Amino acid sequence: MIEIQDLAKAFALSKNNKLSDTEKQDVRYSKDAFHSVRNVSFSCGSGEVLGLLGPNGAGKTTTLRMLSTALKPDAGSVLLNGVDVLKQPVKARQQIGFLSADTGLYGKLTAYENIAYFGRLHGMKEQQLKQRIDELFTLLNMHDFANRRADNMSTGMKQKTAIARAVVHSPKVVILDEPTTGLDIMTVQTVLDFIKGLKAAGTPVIFSTHHLDEVASLCDRVVVIDKGVSAFSGDIKQFKALSDNGDLRDAFLSVLSGAQLSQQQGAA
Amino acid sequence: MWQVYLKELTELMRDKKTLIFVILLPIAIFPVLFAIVGLVMATTTNKAMEEQHRYVIINEQQAPEFAEALFYHKNFKKVETALSTEQELITAIRNEEFDVALVIPADFASRKAAVQQAEWKLIYNRSSQLDFMYNHFNDILTDYTEQLQRGALSQLGVDPANLTAIIKPVELTRVNTAEQRENLGESLGAVLAYALVLLCLSGAMYPAVDMGAGEKERGTLETLLICPISRTSIVIGKFLTVLTTALMTALITVVSLGVWGAIISAFADLSKVSDALAAISVVDLMLMFSLLLPTAAIFAALLLAISIYARTFKEAQNYMSPLVFVVIAPLMVAMAPGMELDTTTALIPLTNIALAIKELLKGTADYGLLLLIFASTAALAAALIAFCVRWFQQEKVLFR
Repeated sequence: MIEIQDLAKAFALSKNNKLSDTEKQDVRYSKDAFHSVRNVSFSCGSGEVLGLLGPNGAGKTTTLRMLSTALKPDAGSVLLNGVDVLKQPVKARQQIGFLSADTGLYGKLTAYENIAYFGRLHGMKEQQLKQRIDELFTLLNMHDFANRRADNMSTGMKQKTAIARAVVHSPKVVILDEPTTGLDIMTVQTVLDFIKGLKAAGTPVIFSTHHLDEVASLCDRVVVIDKGVSAFSGDIKQFKALSDNGDLRDAFLSVLSGAQLSQQQGAA
Repeated sequence: MWQVYLKELTELMRDKKTLIFVILLPIAIFPVLFAIVGLVMATTTNKAMEEQHRYVIINEQQAPEFAEALFYHKNFKKVETALSTEQELITAIRNEEFDVALVIPADFASRKAAVQQAEWKLIYNRSSQLDFMYNHFNDILTDYTEQLQRGALSQLGVDPANLTAIIKPVELTRVNTAEQRENLGESLGAVLAYALVLLCLSGAMYPAVDMGAGEKERGTLETLLICPISRTSIVIGKFLTVLTTALMTALITVVSLGVWGAIISAFADLSKVSDALAAISVVDLMLMFSLLLPTAAIFAALLLAISIYARTFKEAQNYMSPLVFVVIAPLMVAMAPGMELDTTTALIPLTNIALAIKELLKGTADYGLLLLIFASTAALAAALIAFCVRWFQQEKVLFR
């Protein structure tokens, strides 16, 4: 179970930084800070897949970074199966499987070595590690390139390796930041099937995406973040109901226009 | 921490750039470079020494003995000329008609007879770094002037038995108390320290860039940060890897220089050099290495801190480039003549290491001062490591 309440994060601006006219109109900018996330709340239960949507720069990645303990929130709370990430970050990290938006791998290490390194950092024993990696290689169809160095892998191979690395320690919570971006159809399908497998195993999964068809096929819950606030949070049925025809694209746009309107009213 | 260390080391050992900078360069390139430089210098010097200079003498009849000595010298070849004025001679030298002109005054013979001083002019191009022509010429002139002195003194009625004592009343004989090793240490010590310290820096630079800015650029930093190990462990693991490569570079260089030195000494029959090198004990070498250890730690921590701050490889390299000059300056100070190791210089970072290595090579090191250097350098290294760890906790540094 993931519970996020009133999350906020600001980044200091350089003293020499001059705001453009567009930035001056943006509610997230103050004189000396950029309020990337202002108020985000949502929850995701066991076996649920939550789709995190929002335009580019809305605050999705910052939210996920706070969830994963890479960034410390300025305000609010994050509980992962009852563990407070602020108070017990190391314990929280043991529970998290996180895939960042950059498919960052160590180029000189093979797929196996990349995954094993992170398994060891999570304290896994060699025998257990070997079994788990073998299991992941089968699940993600990776045996063919197990010993290939990351520098010589295709985008799809890299992404599969990054996903396997994120879940090598069998995390209780999985966070995926745009896991299917730039992948071919076959690899996307493998990734989506893998997420379904996690869901079936009762693992709560949060994944941010721009692909609404993936949301439709996978998600139980949807959160839309716009300009640092959660503009919508509810189950997939409630989200679809926001449009007359149940179209997710229309629903998404209606959330954004509603959020814009309320921000304008607030500013007035 | 050891997982981070082993992984970083594995990656580095698979990287061609690391292999070139840490292993190949010290083993092969430096001796080859030194050999090429040595060969070029030796060839140039020999050529300059053997070179034959075309000369003209104006008013040759005024000093026939000198003209004869010059004529029979192997490095000089006489050229006939009708020129006489200084400007004409300068123009002719510039046009490469001959290399040197000696102008003897037209009244030199009469001045000599009257025991009066005369001024001779030697006209030639002095831009060459290897001015052997002047040395050859001066040797002939010294003999000639001594002949003149003896002639003049005999003419004045001085007893020929006393002539040598009158011309040169004091003959100074120098007795050198320095051992061969001390001489070698004085001439080679500062240069060796200079090379070792700079190699430590260059050996640390590439791995440091890869381990900080490289993690950011590859996008692996975020994944590493959310692993359940402390950030201190991550930094120390990375620091130890950079330190290892820095020390490896220095160690390989010393071994490579030793091996190549032994080979060259054996072939070139340089027994003085090999005897002097043999006088340097294993303890001295270990002391040198133990002084390099905290120095390499300073570089590793400093470079890692810079790399952690930088957003990209390129940015890190830009920040690191000026560091080379910062390191060279105190090393140059240690190479200055008269610089000695004392309690003050023992506290100047890098200068102290260079001076200590020189003293160790000479065999005149004060062990108390060595301890002071080790302690002060280690303290600075510890402070920089602590800074590096603290730096790695800052979000504004990691997510710039």
